[in-house]
Amino acid sequence: MSYLINQTATCMPALLGTADCSYADMALFIVLKVVFALAAIIVIMCFAALSVVAERKVCAYIQGRYGPNRTAIPIIAAIPLVGNFLKKNGLMQLVADGLKFLLKEDPLPAHVSKLWYLAAPIMSLSPILICACLIPFGVWWDSGGAAHPLAAANIDVSLLAVLAIGALGVYGAIMAGWSSNSKFPYMGAIRASAQVISYELTMALAAMSVVLYMGSVSDSPLSLFEIASAQEQSWFFMTQPLAALLFIVALFAETNRLPFDMAESETDLVSGFHTEYGSFKFGLFFVGEYGHVALGSALFIILFLGAWNPLPYISYPESWGWISTLLGFITFLVKISAMIFFFIWVRWTLPRFRYDQVMALCWKCLMPLALANLVFYMAIAAI
Amino acid sequence: MAIVVERKKLGFFERLYLPQIISGLWITLKNIFRPRVTLEYPDQAPVLPVGYRGAPTLVKDSEGREKCVSCQLCEFVCPSKAITVTPGEIPADSQYAFIEKAPAEFKIDMLRCIYCGLCEEACPERAIVLQNNFSINGASRAELIYNKTKLYAEGGVLPDKIMKWKRVKDNAELEGGSH
Repeated sequence: MSYLINQTATCMPALLGTADCSYADMALFIVLKVVFALAAIIVIMCFAALSVVAERKVCAYIQGRYGPNRTAIPIIAAIPLVGNFLKKNGLMQLVADGLKFLLKEDPLPAHVSKLWYLAAPIMSLSPILICACLIPFGVWWDSGGAAHPLAAANIDVSLLAVLAIGALGVYGAIMAGWSSNSKFPYMGAIRASAQVISYELTMALAAMSVVLYMGSVSDSPLSLFEIASAQEQSWFFMTQPLAALLFIVALFAETNRLPFDMAESETDLVSGFHTEYGSFKFGLFFVGEYGHVALGSALFIILFLGAWNPLPYISYPESWGWISTLLGFITFLVKISAMIFFFIWVRWTLPRFRYDQVMALCWKCLMPLALANLVFYMAIAAI
Repeated sequence: MAIVVERKKLGFFERLYLPQIISGLWITLKNIFRPRVTLEYPDQAPVLPVGYRGAPTLVKDSEGREKCVSCQLCEFVCPSKAITVTPGEIPADSQYAFIEKAPAEFKIDMLRCIYCGLCEEACPERAIVLQNNFSINGASRAELIYNKTKLYAEGGVLPDKIMKWKRVKDNAELEGGSH
């Protein structure tokens, strides 16, 4: 790790063409960065995959059912204890679902606009994977005692970058709806775009009040790592509860989850923007949706729920070194899991809003509240 | 005239919607910890109600004699024409030769049967009975046309209180009294 930091220091100017650096060092630097990026993507993708199972299991439990508990892969299911555990918890159903998406015939409807139709699922998933590289999953200390984030890319404006790139995911829905050349996907896409654009304002304004506070304590208030590090004492949901509430409501809308899943809305729009999609291309939308949920959870946890600190006013001490890093990382993952459970729990509790109610809620209620909240914290900061 | 329904005026907390969400979440959370209502069918057998109409079967009496006298009433009453009876004679050297007739072959097409129970109602001998077997399956159509052997194997023995084909005197002895 510390080696990587040194490499960054020596190689960045070289990559930009301003300093000398051996090609071997540069190659190693690039390889390491790629490995870290892959690790971050794997974490988010694992969460996306597991939340599919979690969704089916939690919804089954809420409805008094068992959920998937029959699917068994012959050899693995025969392993004592482990095999039964995997079978009962539906984890082998996950493999079956994935294989189904991979092996089904991949039809390309004749009436679609081919290029955009094919690009849409990629457009829906890739922003999530890019954002995954910006999320700090933990903290580590180098030999000098300086804290560094456990992230593939530590940039000063990571909050801004995550909000901006994460919002690009909706272009996948818009492209899918437009290129499908069919009325239900089209309506789904219109709803998705209108909804995401509206709720993004609320979301950004809610995050702004945190950034306002950060501006008074840090040099780079837009860095997710700085925001996380500032929560070793009190967490931001305690000092800014309204902002946290607005942010989570907007996050539900942003990730197209119930009660705001206007884009999919299977009761009135068949299946919304991905009506014309099947097999693996649908699978990409599906994974993208859950990836968005995992990413949104991570963002909410970093902004308001104390990131990798286990409890308010308690944090893992720096003196424990890598043990603290590991514990912090695990804490962060546990928090993401809890948030994903919350997402699923809400989905199976609340009915869907009507489209006009969604818009009215945003523009007449959440937006003014977010603005008032921001002005309030601005006033406090000014005093 | 249009009927105007009086809407309840919502209070502040109701319009806020959040307390309602929290109470809803509490209900679904409680549901997670309730026992499951799913019957895990192949592992757990369902509890069938009394009078359940499963597959029709042929039964024997307590002496192991086949009760059917091949009157073919069930065949005639069957609305889906699932039953085919081929009447036959009881051989003269049998102790039941006086009953005269028994089915040479008795076929029920389980693919046609609608489990209405009319055959059971029509049978004067109580020889055909709808029992509890609801899981009727086979690998081919021919396999699902049950013949006499299969129907008796499924049916088993259904003892009657009155032995209809016994002489009145014997029945009285069975009852433990005089006729």
